[in-house]
Amino acid sequence: MTPMSNLGASLQMTAQRDDALASAGTSRAAAGKVSASEVSVFYGEKQALFDVSLDMPDRMVTALIGPSGCGKSTFLRCINRMNDTIPGARVEGKIVIDGEDVNDRKVDPVLLRARVGMVFQKPNPFPKSIFENVAYGPRIHGFADNKSELADIVESSLKRAGLWKEVADRLQAPGTSLSGGQQQRLVIARAIAVSPEVILMDEPCSALDPIATAKIEELIDDLRSQYCIVIVTHSMAQAARVSQRTAFFHMGAVVEAGATDEIFTNPRDTRTQDYITGRFG
Amino acid sequence: MNEHIVKAYEDELNMLTAECARMGGLTEAAVADALEAVVRRDQQMADSVVARDERLDVLQADIERKEIRMIALRQPLANDLRRTVAAMKIANNLERVGDLAKNIAKRTIVIIDSDPMVPLTRSIERMGRLVVTRLKEVLDAYTASDLERAMSVWSRDDEVDEHYNSLFRELLTYMMGDPRTITACAHLLFVAKNLERIGDHATNIAEIIHYEITGDEAIATARPKTDALQRP
Repeated sequence: MTPMSNLGASLQMTAQRDDALASAGTSRAAAGKVSASEVSVFYGEKQALFDVSLDMPDRMVTALIGPSGCGKSTFLRCINRMNDTIPGARVEGKIVIDGEDVNDRKVDPVLLRARVGMVFQKPNPFPKSIFENVAYGPRIHGFADNKSELADIVESSLKRAGLWKEVADRLQAPGTSLSGGQQQRLVIARAIAVSPEVILMDEPCSALDPIATAKIEELIDDLRSQYCIVIVTHSMAQAARVSQRTAFFHMGAVVEAGATDEIFTNPRDTRTQDYITGRFG
Repeated sequence: MNEHIVKAYEDELNMLTAECARMGGLTEAAVADALEAVVRRDQQMADSVVARDERLDVLQADIERKEIRMIALRQPLANDLRRTVAAMKIANNLERVGDLAKNIAKRTIVIIDSDPMVPLTRSIERMGRLVVTRLKEVLDAYTASDLERAMSVWSRDDEVDEHYNSLFRELLTYMMGDPRTITACAHLLFVAKNLERIGDHATNIAEIIHYEITGDEAIATARPKTDALQRP
Protein backbone atom coordinates (compact mmCIF):
# COMPACT_ATOMS: atom_id res chain seq x y z
CA MET A 1 0.00 0.00 0.00
CA THR A 2 1.39 3.42 -0.91
CA PRO A 3 1.44 6.14 1.73
CA MET A 4 -1.24 8.04 -0.21
CA SER A 5 -3.69 5.17 -0.40
CA ASN A 6 -2.95 4.52 3.22
CA LEU A 7 -4.04 8.04 4.03
CA GLY A 8 -7.17 7.60 1.95
CA ALA A 9 -8.00 4.42 3.81
CA SER A 10 -7.50 6.06 7.17
CA LEU A 11 -9.69 9.02 6.17
CA GLN A 12 -12.36 6.61 5.15
CA MET A 13 -11.97 4.86 8.45
CA THR A 14 -12.42 8.14 10.30
CA ALA A 15 -15.68 8.70 8.47
CA GLN A 16 -16.83 5.21 9.35
CA ARG A 17 -15.90 5.82 12.93
CA ASP A 18 -18.03 8.96 13.13
CA ASP A 19 -20.98 7.02 11.79
CA ALA A 20 -20.33 4.24 14.23
CA LEU A 21 -20.01 6.65 17.14
CA ALA A 22 -23.20 8.39 16.11
CA SER A 23 -25.09 5.15 16.28
CA ALA A 24 -23.41 3.95 19.47
CA GLY A 25 -26.05 5.62 21.57
CA THR A 26 -28.85 3.73 19.90
CA SER A 27 -29.60 0.05 20.01
CA ARG A 28 -29.31 -0.14 16.22
CA ALA A 29 -26.41 -2.36 15.19
CA ALA A 30 -23.43 -0.35 14.04
CA ALA A 31 -21.55 -1.41 10.94
CA GLY A 32 -18.92 -3.95 11.86
CA LYS A 33 -15.20 -3.86 11.31
CA VAL A 34 -15.53 -7.48 12.26
CA SER A 35 -18.80 -8.99 11.24
CA ALA A 36 -20.01 -12.49 12.10
CA SER A 37 -22.98 -14.04 10.40
CA GLU A 38 -24.58 -17.29 11.48
CA VAL A 39 -21.45 -18.69 13.04
CA SER A 40 -21.79 -22.15 14.54
CA VAL A 41 -18.98 -24.06 16.20
CA PHE A 42 -18.84 -27.79 16.86
CA TYR A 43 -16.38 -29.57 19.11
CA GLY A 44 -16.76 -33.07 17.70
CA GLU A 45 -20.44 -33.94 18.14
CA LYS A 46 -21.10 -31.16 20.59
CA GLN A 47 -22.34 -27.85 19.22
CA ALA A 48 -20.90 -24.92 21.21
CA LEU A 49 -22.20 -21.97 19.18
CA PHE A 50 -25.52 -21.63 17.42
CA ASP A 51 -25.88 -19.23 14.48
CA VAL A 52 -24.17 -16.28 16.10
CA SER A 53 -24.45 -13.04 14.12
CA LEU A 54 -22.73 -10.00 15.54
CA ASP A 55 -21.17 -6.79 14.26
CA MET A 56 -18.15 -5.42 16.09
CA PRO A 57 -17.53 -1.83 14.98
CA ASP A 58 -14.10 -0.28 14.49
CA ARG A 59 -12.74 2.04 17.17
CA MET A 60 -15.13 0.74 19.72
CA VAL A 61 -15.01 -1.79 22.49
CA THR A 62 -17.50 -4.62 22.20
CA ALA A 63 -17.98 -6.59 25.41
CA LEU A 64 -19.12 -10.20 25.34
CA ILE A 65 -20.84 -11.21 28.56
CA GLY A 66 -22.63 -14.33 29.70
CA PRO A 67 -22.40 -17.22 32.15
CA SER A 68 -19.50 -19.69 32.01
CA GLY A 69 -19.77 -22.08 29.12
CA CYS A 70 -22.09 -19.83 27.11
CA GLY A 71 -19.72 -19.71 24.14
CA LYS A 72 -18.27 -16.22 24.38
CA SER A 73 -14.63 -17.39 24.45
CA THR A 74 -15.36 -19.89 21.69
CA PHE A 75 -16.74 -17.05 19.62
CA LEU A 76 -13.76 -14.83 20.37
CA ARG A 77 -11.41 -17.59 19.27
CA CYS A 78 -13.21 -17.86 15.93
CA ILE A 79 -12.21 -14.32 15.04
CA ASN A 80 -8.50 -15.11 14.77
CA ARG A 81 -9.02 -18.79 13.96
CA MET A 82 -7.67 -20.05 17.25
CA ASN A 83 -10.19 -22.87 17.01
CA ASP A 84 -8.13 -24.25 14.08
CA THR A 85 -5.67 -25.49 16.64
CA ILE A 86 -8.25 -27.60 18.48
CA PRO A 87 -8.62 -31.12 17.02
CA GLY A 88 -12.21 -31.91 16.08
CA ALA A 89 -13.33 -28.27 16.13
CA ARG A 90 -15.41 -27.20 13.15
CA VAL A 91 -16.61 -23.69 12.34
CA GLU A 92 -19.59 -22.92 10.11
CA GLY A 93 -20.87 -19.55 9.00
CA LYS A 94 -18.89 -16.52 8.06
CA ILE A 95 -16.63 -14.05 9.86
CA VAL A 96 -15.36 -11.12 7.84
CA ILE A 97 -12.87 -8.42 8.74
CA ASP A 98 -13.24 -5.43 6.44
CA GLY A 99 -15.20 -7.62 4.08
CA GLU A 100 -12.56 -10.34 3.96
CA ASP A 101 -13.54 -13.83 5.06
CA VAL A 102 -11.10 -14.98 7.75
CA ASN A 103 -11.75 -18.62 6.89
CA ASP A 104 -10.89 -18.10 3.23
CA ARG A 105 -8.26 -20.57 2.07
CA LYS A 106 -6.07 -17.71 0.87
CA VAL A 107 -5.86 -16.28 4.39
CA ASP A 108 -2.72 -17.30 6.24
CA PRO A 109 -3.69 -17.84 9.89
CA VAL A 110 -0.28 -16.56 11.03
CA LEU A 111 -0.78 -13.26 9.22
CA LEU A 112 -4.38 -13.15 10.39
CA ARG A 113 -3.20 -13.40 13.99
CA ALA A 114 -0.88 -10.46 13.40
CA ARG A 115 -3.92 -8.44 12.24
CA VAL A 116 -6.01 -9.77 15.08
CA GLY A 117 -4.03 -9.67 18.31
CA MET A 118 -5.09 -11.56 21.39
CA VAL A 119 -4.67 -11.05 25.12
CA PHE A 120 -5.48 -13.87 27.49
CA GLN A 121 -6.74 -14.19 31.03
CA LYS A 122 -3.30 -14.96 32.42
CA PRO A 123 -0.45 -12.86 31.12
CA ASN A 124 1.79 -15.09 29.02
CA PRO A 125 5.05 -13.26 28.33
CA PHE A 126 7.73 -15.24 26.50
CA PRO A 127 10.57 -16.38 28.75
CA LYS A 128 12.73 -13.65 27.27
CA SER A 129 13.63 -10.07 28.03
CA ILE A 130 11.05 -7.31 28.09
CA PHE A 131 12.57 -5.93 24.87
CA GLU A 132 12.49 -9.28 23.11
CA ASN A 133 8.89 -9.90 24.11
CA VAL A 134 7.80 -6.83 22.17
CA ALA A 135 10.43 -7.07 19.39
CA TYR A 136 9.62 -10.66 18.52
CA GLY A 137 6.51 -10.03 16.43
CA PRO A 138 7.76 -7.08 14.36
CA ARG A 139 11.00 -8.98 13.71
CA ILE A 140 9.44 -12.19 12.40
CA HIS A 141 6.92 -10.23 10.33
CA GLY A 142 9.75 -8.07 8.94
CA PHE A 143 8.28 -4.78 10.14
CA ALA A 144 11.69 -3.27 10.94
CA ASP A 145 14.61 -2.82 8.54
CA ASN A 146 17.25 -2.27 11.19
CA LYS A 147 17.91 -2.30 14.89
CA SER A 148 17.02 1.30 15.54
CA GLU A 149 13.67 0.92 13.77
CA LEU A 150 12.96 -2.13 15.87
CA ALA A 151 13.89 -0.24 19.03
CA ASP A 152 11.50 2.53 17.96
CA ILE A 153 8.66 0.06 17.53
CA VAL A 154 9.40 -1.47 20.93
CA GLU A 155 9.46 1.94 22.58
CA SER A 156 6.27 3.21 20.95
CA SER A 157 4.43 -0.04 21.69
CA LEU A 158 5.47 0.03 25.34
CA LYS A 159 4.43 3.68 25.51
CA ARG A 160 1.03 2.97 24.02
CA ALA A 161 0.61 0.13 26.49
CA GLY A 162 1.41 2.56 29.31
CA LEU A 163 4.39 0.51 30.45
CA TRP A 164 7.36 2.48 29.07
CA LYS A 165 8.01 4.60 32.15
CA GLU A 166 8.04 1.55 34.38
CA VAL A 167 10.44 -0.54 32.27
CA ALA A 168 12.54 1.92 30.22
CA ASP A 169 15.57 1.37 32.43
CA ARG A 170 15.39 -2.42 32.48
CA LEU A 171 14.44 -3.55 29.01
CA GLN A 172 16.81 -6.49 29.27
CA ALA A 173 15.21 -7.85 32.44
CA PRO A 174 13.09 -10.97 31.91
CA GLY A 175 9.44 -10.29 31.06
CA THR A 176 8.46 -12.70 33.77
CA SER A 177 10.12 -10.50 36.41
CA LEU A 178 7.31 -7.95 36.09
CA SER A 179 4.20 -7.89 38.27
CA GLY A 180 0.99 -9.48 36.96
CA GLY A 181 -0.50 -6.19 35.86
CA GLN A 182 2.74 -5.12 34.19
CA GLN A 183 2.99 -8.48 32.45
CA GLN A 184 -0.52 -8.04 31.10
CA ARG A 185 0.42 -4.61 29.73
CA LEU A 186 3.60 -6.14 28.29
CA VAL A 187 1.48 -8.71 26.48
CA ILE A 188 -0.73 -5.91 25.17
CA ALA A 189 2.39 -4.05 24.00
CA ARG A 190 3.47 -7.24 22.25
CA ALA A 191 0.10 -7.48 20.54
CA ILE A 192 0.10 -3.88 19.31
CA ALA A 193 3.75 -4.03 18.16
CA VAL A 194 2.64 -5.81 14.98
CA SER A 195 0.09 -3.05 14.19
CA PRO A 196 -3.03 -5.15 14.49
CA GLU A 197 -6.47 -3.90 13.47
CA VAL A 198 -8.42 -5.91 15.97
CA ILE A 199 -7.53 -6.78 19.57
CA LEU A 200 -9.28 -9.66 21.28
CA MET A 201 -9.16 -9.86 25.06
CA ASP A 202 -10.30 -12.89 26.98
CA GLU A 203 -10.90 -11.81 30.58
CA PRO A 204 -7.74 -9.70 30.61
CA CYS A 205 -8.21 -8.49 34.20
CA SER A 206 -9.53 -11.53 36.00
CA ALA A 207 -6.11 -12.32 37.51
CA LEU A 208 -5.31 -8.72 38.44
CA ASP A 209 -5.84 -6.55 41.51
CA PRO A 210 -8.10 -3.46 41.28
CA ILE A 211 -5.25 -1.02 40.61
CA ALA A 212 -3.76 -3.12 37.80
CA THR A 213 -7.31 -3.64 36.51
CA ALA A 214 -7.91 0.09 36.44
CA LYS A 215 -4.69 0.59 34.48
CA ILE A 216 -5.71 -2.00 31.91
CA GLU A 217 -9.16 -0.44 31.63
CA GLU A 218 -7.61 2.98 31.13
CA LEU A 219 -5.38 1.44 28.46
CA ILE A 220 -8.35 -0.19 26.73
CA ASP A 221 -10.05 3.18 26.62
CA ASP A 222 -6.91 4.71 25.04
CA LEU A 223 -6.50 1.92 22.51
CA ARG A 224 -10.12 2.20 21.46
CA SER A 225 -9.29 5.25 19.35
CA GLN A 226 -7.15 3.09 17.07
CA TYR A 227 -8.47 -0.43 17.16
CA CYS A 228 -11.54 -2.57 17.10
CA ILE A 229 -11.52 -4.22 20.53
CA VAL A 230 -13.54 -7.24 21.58
CA ILE A 231 -13.40 -8.18 25.23
CA VAL A 232 -14.80 -11.13 27.14
CA THR A 233 -15.42 -10.30 30.77
CA HIS A 234 -17.22 -11.79 33.74
CA SER A 235 -17.38 -8.46 35.48
CA MET A 236 -20.61 -6.67 34.63
CA ALA A 237 -19.19 -3.46 36.00
CA GLN A 238 -16.13 -3.79 33.77
CA ALA A 239 -18.25 -4.43 30.69
CA ALA A 240 -20.30 -1.37 31.57
CA ARG A 241 -17.20 0.75 32.13
CA VAL A 242 -15.04 -0.11 29.15
CA SER A 243 -17.38 -1.03 26.32
CA GLN A 244 -19.64 0.89 23.99
CA ARG A 245 -21.46 -2.17 22.77
CA THR A 246 -22.38 -5.31 24.64
CA ALA A 247 -23.51 -8.72 23.49
CA PHE A 248 -25.07 -11.16 25.93
CA PHE A 249 -24.38 -14.83 25.19
CA HIS A 250 -26.44 -17.62 26.65
CA MET A 251 -26.20 -21.32 25.86
CA GLY A 252 -24.17 -20.74 22.73
CA ALA A 253 -26.35 -18.04 21.21
CA VAL A 254 -26.47 -14.26 21.27
CA VAL A 255 -29.58 -13.34 23.22
CA GLU A 256 -29.21 -9.61 22.94
CA ALA A 257 -26.69 -7.14 21.54
CA GLY A 258 -26.74 -3.38 21.58
CA ALA A 259 -25.41 -0.15 23.02
CA THR A 260 -23.87 -0.84 26.43
CA ASP A 261 -25.82 1.83 28.30
CA GLU A 262 -29.06 0.38 26.94
CA ILE A 263 -28.15 -3.19 27.89
CA PHE A 264 -27.27 -2.21 31.44
CA THR A 265 -30.17 0.12 32.15
CA ASN A 266 -32.94 -1.28 30.02
CA PRO A 267 -32.29 -4.73 28.54
CA ARG A 268 -35.02 -6.05 26.22
CA ASP A 269 -34.71 -9.72 27.03
CA THR A 270 -35.59 -11.11 30.46
CA ARG A 271 -32.65 -13.54 30.27
CA THR A 272 -30.25 -10.62 29.88
CA GLN A 273 -31.98 -8.87 32.74
CA ASP A 274 -31.80 -11.92 34.99
CA TYR A 275 -28.13 -12.44 34.23
CA ILE A 276 -26.86 -8.91 34.71
CA THR A 277 -28.91 -8.35 37.84
CA GLY A 278 -27.73 -11.60 39.41
CA ARG A 279 -30.91 -13.64 39.34
CA PHE A 280 -31.47 -17.31 38.65
CA GLY A 281 -31.48 -17.87 34.89
CA MET B 1 -39.41 -12.22 37.87
CA ASN B 2 -36.76 -14.61 39.10
CA GLU B 3 -35.26 -14.17 42.54
CA HIS B 4 -31.78 -12.87 43.16
CA ILE B 5 -29.11 -15.43 43.85
CA VAL B 6 -28.06 -13.29 46.81
CA LYS B 7 -31.09 -13.46 49.08
CA ALA B 8 -30.12 -10.45 51.20
CA TYR B 9 -30.05 -8.25 48.08
CA GLU B 10 -33.59 -9.29 47.21
CA ASP B 11 -34.71 -8.51 50.76
CA GLU B 12 -33.02 -5.11 50.75
CA LEU B 13 -34.64 -4.13 47.46
CA ASN B 14 -38.06 -5.18 48.69
CA MET B 15 -37.55 -3.35 51.95
CA LEU B 16 -36.61 -0.19 50.10
CA THR B 17 -39.78 -0.22 48.03
CA ALA B 18 -41.84 -1.01 51.13
CA GLU B 19 -40.34 1.89 53.07
CA CYS B 20 -40.93 4.23 50.19
CA ALA B 21 -44.56 3.11 50.06
CA ARG B 22 -44.87 3.61 53.81
CA MET B 23 -43.47 7.10 53.49
CA GLY B 24 -46.03 7.64 50.73
CA GLY B 25 -48.85 6.68 53.09
CA LEU B 26 -47.66 9.12 55.76
CA THR B 27 -47.26 11.93 53.21
CA GLU B 28 -50.70 11.34 51.80
CA ALA B 29 -52.16 11.54 55.31
CA ALA B 30 -50.24 14.76 56.01
CA VAL B 31 -51.67 16.42 52.89
CA ALA B 32 -55.20 15.22 53.63
CA ASP B 33 -54.95 16.43 57.24
CA ALA B 34 -53.49 19.80 56.22
CA LEU B 35 -56.39 20.28 53.85
CA GLU B 36 -58.82 19.22 56.57
CA ALA B 37 -57.22 21.76 58.92
CA VAL B 38 -57.71 24.62 56.40
CA VAL B 39 -61.25 23.65 55.53
CA ARG B 40 -62.47 22.92 59.09
CA ARG B 41 -60.30 25.69 60.60
CA ASP B 42 -58.87 23.12 62.94
CA GLN B 43 -55.86 24.44 64.86
CA GLN B 44 -55.07 21.15 66.57
CA MET B 45 -55.00 19.26 63.30
CA ALA B 46 -52.70 21.91 61.82
CA ASP B 47 -50.31 21.59 64.76
CA SER B 48 -50.25 17.84 64.37
CA VAL B 49 -49.34 18.10 60.65
CA VAL B 50 -46.48 20.48 61.47
CA ALA B 51 -45.22 18.15 64.21
CA ARG B 52 -45.33 15.06 61.97
CA ASP B 53 -43.18 16.51 59.20
CA GLU B 54 -39.95 15.68 60.95
CA ARG B 55 -40.81 12.01 60.75
CA LEU B 56 -40.95 12.28 56.95
CA ASP B 57 -37.59 14.00 56.83
CA VAL B 58 -36.06 11.23 58.92
CA LEU B 59 -37.62 8.56 56.70
CA GLN B 60 -36.35 10.23 53.56
CA ALA B 61 -32.82 10.51 54.96
CA ASP B 62 -33.01 6.87 55.98
CA ILE B 63 -34.12 5.72 52.53
CA GLU B 64 -31.36 7.76 50.95
CA ARG B 65 -28.74 6.26 53.25
CA LYS B 66 -29.91 2.75 52.41
CA GLU B 67 -29.87 3.59 48.69
CA ILE B 68 -26.28 4.78 48.88
CA ARG B 69 -25.32 1.64 50.74
CA MET B 70 -27.10 -0.46 48.12
CA ILE B 71 -25.31 1.27 45.25
CA ALA B 72 -21.95 0.85 47.00
CA LEU B 73 -22.39 -2.77 48.00
CA ARG B 74 -24.63 -4.30 45.33
CA GLN B 75 -24.16 -2.19 42.21
CA PRO B 76 -27.73 -2.67 41.02
CA LEU B 77 -28.23 -2.92 37.25
CA ALA B 78 -31.06 -2.85 34.74
CA ASN B 79 -34.50 -3.10 36.40
CA ASP B 80 -32.88 -3.21 39.86
CA LEU B 81 -31.02 0.00 39.08
CA ARG B 82 -34.20 1.67 37.87
CA ARG B 83 -36.04 0.46 40.95
CA THR B 84 -33.34 1.80 43.26
CA VAL B 85 -33.16 5.16 41.54
CA ALA B 86 -36.95 5.40 41.41
CA ALA B 87 -37.28 4.78 45.16
CA MET B 88 -34.72 7.49 45.89
CA LYS B 89 -36.39 10.01 43.60
CA ILE B 90 -39.86 9.23 44.88
CA ALA B 91 -38.68 9.62 48.48
CA ASN B 92 -37.31 13.04 47.52
CA ASN B 93 -40.60 14.06 45.95
CA LEU B 94 -42.51 12.83 48.99
CA GLU B 95 -40.27 14.77 51.32
CA ARG B 96 -41.04 17.92 49.34
CA VAL B 97 -44.75 17.12 49.46
CA GLY B 98 -44.43 16.76 53.23
CA ASP B 99 -42.86 20.22 53.44
CA LEU B 100 -45.66 21.70 51.37
CA ALA B 101 -48.28 20.05 53.61
CA LYS B 102 -46.51 21.48 56.65
CA ASN B 103 -46.51 24.90 55.01
CA ILE B 104 -50.26 24.65 54.39
CA ALA B 105 -50.77 23.73 58.03
CA LYS B 106 -48.68 26.69 59.20
CA ARG B 107 -50.73 29.09 57.11
CA THR B 108 -53.91 27.59 58.51
CA ILE B 109 -52.90 28.94 61.88
CA VAL B 110 -53.02 32.51 60.41
CA ILE B 111 -56.09 31.90 58.27
CA ILE B 112 -58.09 30.80 61.33
CA ASP B 113 -57.60 34.28 62.81
CA SER B 114 -59.62 35.89 59.99
CA ASP B 115 -63.32 35.68 59.22
CA PRO B 116 -64.44 32.54 57.38
CA MET B 117 -64.71 32.87 53.57
CA VAL B 118 -67.02 30.01 52.74
CA PRO B 119 -67.06 29.96 48.90
CA LEU B 120 -63.30 30.26 48.76
CA THR B 121 -62.86 27.48 51.26
CA ARG B 122 -65.12 25.30 49.09
CA SER B 123 -62.90 25.95 46.08
CA ILE B 124 -59.77 25.11 48.07
CA GLU B 125 -61.42 21.96 49.32
CA ARG B 126 -62.34 20.83 45.79
CA MET B 127 -58.85 21.46 44.55
CA GLY B 128 -57.32 19.79 47.62
CA ARG B 129 -59.50 16.70 47.27
CA LEU B 130 -58.40 16.36 43.68
CA VAL B 131 -54.74 16.67 44.65
CA VAL B 132 -55.08 14.14 47.49
CA THR B 133 -56.79 11.70 45.11
CA ARG B 134 -54.03 12.10 42.55
CA LEU B 135 -51.37 11.52 45.18
CA LYS B 136 -53.18 8.45 46.47
CA GLU B 137 -53.65 7.03 42.98
CA VAL B 138 -50.05 7.53 41.99
CA LEU B 139 -48.80 5.94 45.22
CA ASP B 140 -51.13 2.99 44.71
CA ALA B 141 -49.75 2.70 41.18
CA TYR B 142 -46.22 2.68 42.64
CA THR B 143 -46.99 -0.04 45.17
CA ALA B 144 -48.72 -2.16 42.54
CA SER B 145 -46.19 -1.35 39.76
CA ASP B 146 -49.25 -0.38 37.71
CA LEU B 147 -48.07 1.61 34.70
CA GLU B 148 -51.57 2.23 33.38
CA ARG B 149 -52.77 3.78 36.61
CA ALA B 150 -49.64 5.93 36.88
CA MET B 151 -50.17 7.17 33.34
CA SER B 152 -53.79 8.02 34.02
CA VAL B 153 -52.61 10.32 36.83
CA TRP B 154 -49.95 11.74 34.54
CA SER B 155 -52.31 12.55 31.70
CA ARG B 156 -54.70 14.44 34.00
CA ASP B 157 -52.04 16.84 35.22
CA ASP B 158 -53.80 19.92 33.86
CA GLU B 159 -56.95 19.42 35.97
CA VAL B 160 -55.16 20.70 39.05
CA ASP B 161 -53.61 23.55 37.11
CA GLU B 162 -57.03 24.63 35.91
CA HIS B 163 -58.35 24.60 39.47
CA TYR B 164 -55.42 26.69 40.55
CA ASN B 165 -55.88 29.23 37.77
CA SER B 166 -59.54 29.67 38.59
CA LEU B 167 -58.81 29.95 42.32
CA PHE B 168 -56.23 32.58 41.55
CA ARG B 169 -58.85 34.71 39.78
CA GLU B 170 -61.36 34.09 42.55
CA LEU B 171 -58.87 35.25 45.19
CA LEU B 172 -58.04 38.40 43.22
CA THR B 173 -61.74 39.28 43.07
CA TYR B 174 -62.02 38.85 46.82
CA MET B 175 -59.01 40.97 47.61
CA MET B 176 -60.12 43.75 45.28
CA GLY B 177 -63.61 43.68 46.76
CA ASP B 178 -62.51 43.89 50.38
CA PRO B 179 -58.90 44.79 51.24
CA ARG B 180 -59.39 43.51 54.79
CA THR B 181 -59.34 39.98 53.38
CA ILE B 182 -55.94 40.46 51.78
CA THR B 183 -53.90 38.81 54.55
CA ALA B 184 -56.06 35.70 54.65
CA CYS B 185 -56.42 35.60 50.87
CA ALA B 186 -52.67 35.87 50.37
CA HIS B 187 -52.22 32.90 52.65
CA LEU B 188 -54.96 31.00 50.83
CA LEU B 189 -53.21 31.79 47.57
CA PHE B 190 -50.10 30.14 48.93
CA VAL B 191 -52.18 27.20 50.11
CA ALA B 192 -53.53 26.85 46.58
CA LYS B 193 -50.04 27.19 45.12
CA ASN B 194 -48.76 24.50 47.50
CA LEU B 195 -51.58 22.20 46.49
CA GLU B 196 -50.76 22.82 42.86
CA ARG B 197 -47.13 21.92 43.55
CA ILE B 198 -48.17 18.76 45.35
CA GLY B 199 -50.09 17.92 42.18
CA ASP B 200 -46.89 18.47 40.20
CA HIS B 201 -45.03 16.12 42.52
CA ALA B 202 -47.71 13.48 41.91
CA THR B 203 -47.09 13.93 38.19
CA ASN B 204 -43.32 13.64 38.77
CA ILE B 205 -43.89 10.41 40.66
CA ALA B 206 -45.98 9.11 37.75
CA GLU B 207 -43.05 9.86 35.43
CA ILE B 208 -40.63 8.11 37.78
CA ILE B 209 -42.90 5.04 37.83
CA HIS B 210 -42.99 5.15 34.04
CA TYR B 211 -39.19 5.14 33.95
CA GLU B 212 -38.92 2.40 36.55
CA ILE B 213 -41.24 0.09 34.65
CA THR B 214 -40.36 0.85 31.03
CA GLY B 215 -36.81 2.24 31.20
CA ASP B 216 -37.99 5.05 28.93
CA GLU B 217 -37.18 8.52 30.24
CA ALA B 218 -38.53 10.54 27.32
CA ILE B 219 -41.99 11.04 28.79
CA ALA B 220 -41.16 14.12 30.91
CA THR B 221 -41.03 16.41 27.89
CA ALA B 222 -44.37 15.27 26.50
CA ARG B 223 -46.57 16.60 29.27
CA PRO B 224 -49.10 19.34 28.42
CA LYS B 225 -48.81 22.41 30.63
CA THR B 226 -51.53 24.85 31.62
CA ASP B 227 -50.02 27.95 33.11
CA ALA B 228 -51.65 31.09 34.49
CA LEU B 229 -48.78 33.15 33.13
CA GLN B 230 -49.21 31.78 29.63
CA ARG B 231 -51.15 33.99 27.21
CA PRO B 232 -53.48 32.19 24.82
